[in-house]
Amino acid sequence: MKTNFLMLHTITRIVSFIVLSFSVYLFFAGHNAPGGGFIGGLMMAGALILLYVTFDAERINRVLPFDYTAIIAIGLLLAIVTGLNSYLFGDPFLTQYFEYYQIPFVGEVELTTALPFDLGILLVVVAVALLTIISIAEDVS
Amino acid sequence: MNNIVLLPVLIPFIAGAVLILFRHFPKLQRISSAVVMLVMLAASVLLVYSVYQDGILTVELGNWPAPFGIVLVGDLFASLMVLLSSITGVTCLFFAFQTITKEREKYFFYPFYFFLLTGVNGSFLTGDLFNLFVFFEVMLISSFILIVTGGTKFQLRESYKYVVINIFASMMFLAALAYIYGLTGTLNLAHIAQQIEEIGQTGVVNTAAIMLLIVFGIKGALFPLYFWLPQSYYGPPAAIAALFGGLLTKVGVYAIFRTFTLIFVHDISFTHTVLLVLAALTMVLGVLAAVAQFNFKMILTYHIISQIGYMIMGLAIFTPLAVAGAIYHIAHNVVVKSALFMFAGATQKITGTNNLKEMSGLLKTHPALAWLFFISAVSIAGIPPLSGFFSKFALVLSGLEAEMYVIVAVALIVGVFTLFSMMKIFIYVFWGSPSLQRSDYSHIKLAPLLMPIVPFIVLTIAMGLFAEPVFTFIQLTADQILDPSIYIDAVLGE
Amino acid sequence: MEILMIFTSGIIIAVATYLFMTRSLLRVAFGVVMLSHGVHLLILTLSGLETGAPPLLTENAEAYTDPLPQAVILTAIVISFGVTAFLLVLAYRTYKEHGTEDLEELRGNADE
Repeated sequence: MKTNFLMLHTITRIVSFIVLSFSVYLFFAGHNAPGGGFIGGLMMAGALILLYVTFDAERINRVLPFDYTAIIAIGLLLAIVTGLNSYLFGDPFLTQYFEYYQIPFVGEVELTTALPFDLGILLVVVAVALLTIISIAEDVS
Repeated sequence: MNNIVLLPVLIPFIAGAVLILFRHFPKLQRISSAVVMLVMLAASVLLVYSVYQDGILTVELGNWPAPFGIVLVGDLFASLMVLLSSITGVTCLFFAFQTITKEREKYFFYPFYFFLLTGVNGSFLTGDLFNLFVFFEVMLISSFILIVTGGTKFQLRESYKYVVINIFASMMFLAALAYIYGLTGTLNLAHIAQQIEEIGQTGVVNTAAIMLLIVFGIKGALFPLYFWLPQSYYGPPAAIAALFGGLLTKVGVYAIFRTFTLIFVHDISFTHTVLLVLAALTMVLGVLAAVAQFNFKMILTYHIISQIGYMIMGLAIFTPLAVAGAIYHIAHNVVVKSALFMFAGATQKITGTNNLKEMSGLLKTHPALAWLFFISAVSIAGIPPLSGFFSKFALVLSGLEAEMYVIVAVALIVGVFTLFSMMKIFIYVFWGSPSLQRSDYSHIKLAPLLMPIVPFIVLTIAMGLFAEPVFTFIQLTADQILDPSIYIDAVLGE
Repeated sequence: MEILMIFTSGIIIAVATYLFMTRSLLRVAFGVVMLSHGVHLLILTLSGLETGAPPLLTENAEAYTDPLPQAVILTAIVISFGVTAFLLVLAYRTYKEHGTEDLEELRGNADE
């Protein structure tokens, strides 16, 4: 039986887009203001799970053909390697560096090594949350 | 700036993360994990050597100074434990190559093996109470997965209980942490020790101490908190059981040692009496349960418990000799217990059963296995000149010196029972007329199974024959942990 | 405020204890979740409830809140998130294999 969730589909198309962009905002807001890799990642996972719930898993898998296990590994490695780069400068593990740059049109921007570290965390969180829910969901059907 | 302290934590962590990517290439996984383990072993030898040479090494993560940031501290005791975990890690890995199934290899056996070692080494090296909690969790979650893979009915059932018990312990750890943070305003172990020295060990501090004791007691299988251990260590295959039996409980014991030699040392008449009673009961009940069993693996799991009692006994007597004896016992026990579990795995592979009554006569068909087992069995029972004798000798001697005759009597009687149950295994499994036909076992090659065990046997003999230099080193370790000011000065600076 | 918080955390932990004592796999898992919440509140309370600016980048605030308990709790939440996810999957698999979620019936020996 194929049910037509017109309302759900329409709203999800709009809402998931908003949630996804807000998660990206949270990710970049992190570090000096509330936000960061974990929160952003959870929100991004929430948006993706909304997509999985609304549309069937096959279609989403076609749009997002990622191996989430590999994403976990890549995220972990990204975080560790960011921590390790302080070895190059002779500082202890996880020492962070930051610098302010002038970028045209954007203005002054702070670039920190905490950013790739947070990106690693974001990847891990998104992948773990999705993997957990997808593996349970696929088992039922 | 001593990044060498970090290596035993970072190497397995990176290896685990990389190995996730190669889950479909078992051969590549085997080779790379073997190489990584050997590198890790070399790193921990280097760590012990440099700590021995230069004194306590510390790393302040993220360059935050000590009481504010997280520190990793490598003192003699911690680095010795890291060395032991690396040795066990290497041998269990090589044993796993022989015994682990293809299915497990595909389902992330190697990555979680390395994450487990990350957690274990991290718990040994960390100098921060909350960081200890985090590394405990890393270790526990990996152990959950290693225990449950395979997913038989028995495994699922017992791991559920194991998981719930351990999460409960973790939450209790957090509660104790809240108390300690409320009292002292810090989470750095050295700083806590300093603060508690100032405010005195009052009732509230003792409450936190006992809460921590319960937490570590659950991880370390102390009386009366050991009930989860036998069933959950019975499920997984021998290589994992050996790693768990040899190493995981020792992490709990290590944490008890660390907190009760560094922080809670101002009210010994209360805390260490509690420890003494728990030690005696743990020894007696563990060994009695072991004597009653007729299952190879079960006997060994109950012996883990009774041996934990000896270690805590050394801590409870709290003289330099006793603590040295206890550390010697930890080292001895990690080595021998893992070896015994591998023997259980090897005999199970040969005979296809764990029940003692269904085996007999392996001495005729597999003499090498039998005699190697004999060595480790008498070593754990405490027969000279093997390592088990010297650790128990030091413990008993220190008990007599401190005039604690009851615990000495208990320790000696438990030793007799240990010998009894080891001989029971030997008689049932190895004596008698062979129960197996040549065709039953000829397809199983014994040599690759025994190769990983041999280093353990060599170690137990060496720790017995060269007891004097080994004991001098361990005496040094004990002196270091019994003087908290050394640790505090090393972490916080003068 | 502290007293209110202590009681709240006490009640949550009491609920968790009750759930731990029940015989259902799923309720025990919920007990774990409740217990972690109760303990997190306990950390927040015992380390002192203060109101004030976060000590981030501004050094001229009137009062500071201690950021450490919050960092600790955030980490603990992340950990309990992972553990809970694992526990739920485990409970589900155990239920599928055994066909029951009554812990009384989940007893027995390895060799059956």
